[in-house]
Amino acid sequence: MSEFDREDSVSRRKVLECMTWVGTGVLWTISGGVPHSLGLIDQAVAQEASGLTFLQISDSHVGFDKPANPNALGTLEEAINRVIALPKKPSFMIHTGDISHLSLASQFDDADRIISQTRLDVHYVPGEHDFLDPEQKFYQDRYGRGTKGAGWYSFDANGVHFIGLVNVIDLKAGGLGFLGAEQLEWLESDLKSRSASTPIVVFAHIPLWTIYPDWGWGTDDSAQALSYLKRFGSVTVLNGHIHQVMQKVEGNVTFHTARSTAFPQPAPGTAPSPGPMKVADDKLRSMLGIADITFKRGEQRLAIVDTPLQA
Amino acid sequence: MYTTLRAMIVAAALGAAAAPLLVATVLPIQAQNAPTAASIDNFTFTPQTVTVKTGTTVTWTNNDDIPHGIAWMKNAFTRSKALDTDDSYSLTFTTPGTYAYFCYLHPHMTGTLVVEAATGDAAD
Repeated sequence: MSEFDREDSVSRRKVLECMTWVGTGVLWTISGGVPHSLGLIDQAVAQEASGLTFLQISDSHVGFDKPANPNALGTLEEAINRVIALPKKPSFMIHTGDISHLSLASQFDDADRIISQTRLDVHYVPGEHDFLDPEQKFYQDRYGRGTKGAGWYSFDANGVHFIGLVNVIDLKAGGLGFLGAEQLEWLESDLKSRSASTPIVVFAHIPLWTIYPDWGWGTDDSAQALSYLKRFGSVTVLNGHIHQVMQKVEGNVTFHTARSTAFPQPAPGTAPSPGPMKVADDKLRSMLGIADITFKRGEQRLAIVDTPLQA
Repeated sequence: MYTTLRAMIVAAALGAAAAPLLVATVLPIQAQNAPTAASIDNFTFTPQTVTVKTGTTVTWTNNDDIPHGIAWMKNAFTRSKALDTDDSYSLTFTTPGTYAYFCYLHPHMTGTLVVEAATGDAAD
């Protein structure tokens, strides 16, 4: 764990310092305190055409209609249209949670109707907004087939091992995201038989690294999960939840968070709360977007390009 | 003219001094059983600690643009449904005690509810 991780209350300056310390393959910079992608998805795909390419989409919040974005379904549709227009079709998509805003059946239906237009396989993990129906079963009914526990699972693609984790249920008072003993046990055994040279991609909704505990941006028992990943040469951790791009590289582990397609949230500590951030209408689409991830054999880190809906 | 002004200042000062006394005598009566309003603002339960007498109904209203939900430590009470913007959740508290609660979407948000025996309840 770095000094950054140990900070209980991370100052904004410290966060920005860490954010500027990034690995190769990520095209983004910070302007006005807001991480901003420089990359264009089409360029990135053209450059890396030989590798495995998949997309990350996150925090659709279908049903959100507050001033920060009165039409979250519309911006999801814009993001999906960008995916459809890609010159090279990605292998699949991952969705890192908060598909719906309030777990209404109609919100899940609307999300499915739009996202399915990509005709891509989509691997989901839930956000805390996806377990709000009274019986907490809509998410599992729709996306949980073949998964363990509250919806965790793993799969392989092109020699890369993908692990989807759930850190949004059974949350503890005063705590952060939570994986729980059962899931950690499963993770340990899922990884046990794999060789250290297998590239690993872990994805979950709430960041698995401590970004800003005052706003709940971290996972209480993520250190245990990361300890099982230490021996692997290439580990990429993809999260959502914070509605902005942040990246940290620690040893062989690259941590990355994706933009939302619904509404931006403030940089840590720059607002009274992490609530939806209202920006000028012509700025909104520069703060929403998707991430495009390419894995090339022989390279330790995956190339991640974050693409806003509007540069 | 000068004397009149001076008299007015003295009267105002007396009024200011009397006001807290007035509040002090009125408040305990009101706190007995009147419904109590609490809120959620900027991911914070406001006030952080609510103290009421037994029999009081407390209503929490979510003023944020994001949903919150109230869950009780040790499942002391039924948790709220997800509270969207402007939604409320009410509970009437009949048993004295100190109860801790948190937001089940954002568990770093915590609050405390203290229920005190209403005057005259001690013999019950």
